[in-house]
Amino acid sequence: MLYTNLNHVESAEQLEKIISENENVMVCCGRMGPMCIPVYGIMEELEPVYSHVKFFDMDFDNPEAMAIRNTPLTRGFMGLPFTVYYKNGKMVKATSSIQSMQQVKTILNSEFGQPNA
Amino acid sequence: MENSNHYDVIILGGGPAGLTAAIYLSRARLETLLLTEGTPGGQMTLTHEIANYPGIEKINGHMLGSVMKKQATAFGAVVKGNAEISSFSLEGEVKSVTAGDGQIYTAGAVILATGGRSRTLGVPGEDTFKGRGISYCATCDGDFFTGKEIVVVGGGNSALEEAVSLTKYVTKVTIVHQFDHFQAFQFAVDEAKANPKISFLMSSTIASFYGEEKLEGVKIKNLVTGVETNFKIDGVFIFIGYVPNTERLRGHVEMNERSEIITGADMSTNIKGVFSAGDANAKRYRQVTTAVADGTVAALAAADYLHSLKRN
Repeated sequence: MLYTNLNHVESAEQLEKIISENENVMVCCGRMGPMCIPVYGIMEELEPVYSHVKFFDMDFDNPEAMAIRNTPLTRGFMGLPFTVYYKNGKMVKATSSIQSMQQVKTILNSEFGQPNA
Repeated sequence: MENSNHYDVIILGGGPAGLTAAIYLSRARLETLLLTEGTPGGQMTLTHEIANYPGIEKINGHMLGSVMKKQATAFGAVVKGNAEISSFSLEGEVKSVTAGDGQIYTAGAVILATGGRSRTLGVPGEDTFKGRGISYCATCDGDFFTGKEIVVVGGGNSALEEAVSLTKYVTKVTIVHQFDHFQAFQFAVDEAKANPKISFLMSSTIASFYGEEKLEGVKIKNLVTGVETNFKIDGVFIFIGYVPNTERLRGHVEMNERSEIITGADMSTNIKGVFSAGDANAKRYRQVTTAVADGTVAALAAADYLHSLKRN
C-alpha cells in the first residue's frame, strides 16, 4: 500500500487501460522507502503543472507490477523506484533509483513537451 | 509592508528543524513561509523507523515529517515543497528570496534550515551505475542483490550496520574504508568483524566503477601503496556520511572549515535577523531531536528579533 496523494495503479490490466487511453503517462513503481518517497513528492508537485501528463504510482511488491519490473527498459534495474514514462501506449523512458526534480522535469519536457505557461 | 509576498519570517529548508520553526512561528501568529527544495521532512523521510523520538514509540520518518508539516500548515504557515530557490539577499532589515519561478519573497527575518545530504564518492561511473548496481539504501535495494557479492564503502556506524543487515541477502560483503581504523562505535565494529560473510579492505578507496549495462566491477586503490586493482563485483552500497547543504550560503554567513554554519546559542548567525538551525550548523550531534531543538530556539530568537525591531 502506497500512502501518497497520487492515483494508484492496482493491476497490469488497469495499467494497460491507462496507457491506451492517455497519450502521456508517468508511473513511479516503488515502496514507501527513502529513495521512493522523494520521487512521489516530486510527482505530486508536478501533477498540477503538467496537465498534459497523467501521474500514477504502483506498489513494487504487487505481483501485477511485473508489467513494469520486467520490461526491456527496466530489466537491468537494481534500485528503487522504477520510474517509467509511456507515450501513446509505449514505454519510452525508464529510470532506476531516486531522481531529482530537475531530472524528472528534463524527461517530462523531452518526452512529453513543456507545460503550458 | 504592503506586499502579498512579504512574510515575518522565511524559513529555507523543510526538515525537522525548519518545520519545527514553522510550527512555533505560525502558532505565535507570525506570517511564516517555508521554502524547501526537497520533500518536507528532509533527511528524516529517509528513515524507515524512528524509535528514539520521545513520546512516540515508533514512527516512519515520512509520517513524522508529514505530521510536522500538517501541524505547521494548521497554524497558518505556508509550506512550499520542491521549491527552487534561485537567489537571496540576507543583509539589511528586509531579506529577500527569489524562487525559480521568479517570485520574490521578502521577510524581516530568515531561518536557514538547509540540512545535509548523503555524500557521494564523485568518481567516474558513479552516476552511470546509480540504480544499476550502485545504491545508497540497503533497506530499499538489498533484495536485488540476493545471492550476490557486494562492496560496502564507509567506516562509520551506517556503513557497518548496513553491511551486517545486507548479509541477510548477499553471499559476501567487502567493506572498503579509506582509513586503517573505523569511526563507528565499537559494538558496530565488533558485530561486523564477527560476521563470517564480511571481510575488510582498509586504507583503500574506490577509484572508478565499470560495466556495460550494469555494474560489473570497481577499481580499488590502496591508499598506502597507490596500487589499483580491478575487483569484480555485483553491487556497491555507499555510506560515507553527510555534507551540509550550504554551498550557496558561502560568502553570506560565517562557516567553519567543514562548511557548517557557525551560530550563537540562540541560533543567530553573523548576519542580523538571520538564524540557522539543524544539521547544517556546526555541532557534534545530529539527530531529529537536536534539529527540533534548534528549530525551536531559532524560531523564538527570530520572534524576539522581530519584536525588538518593532519596539525600536
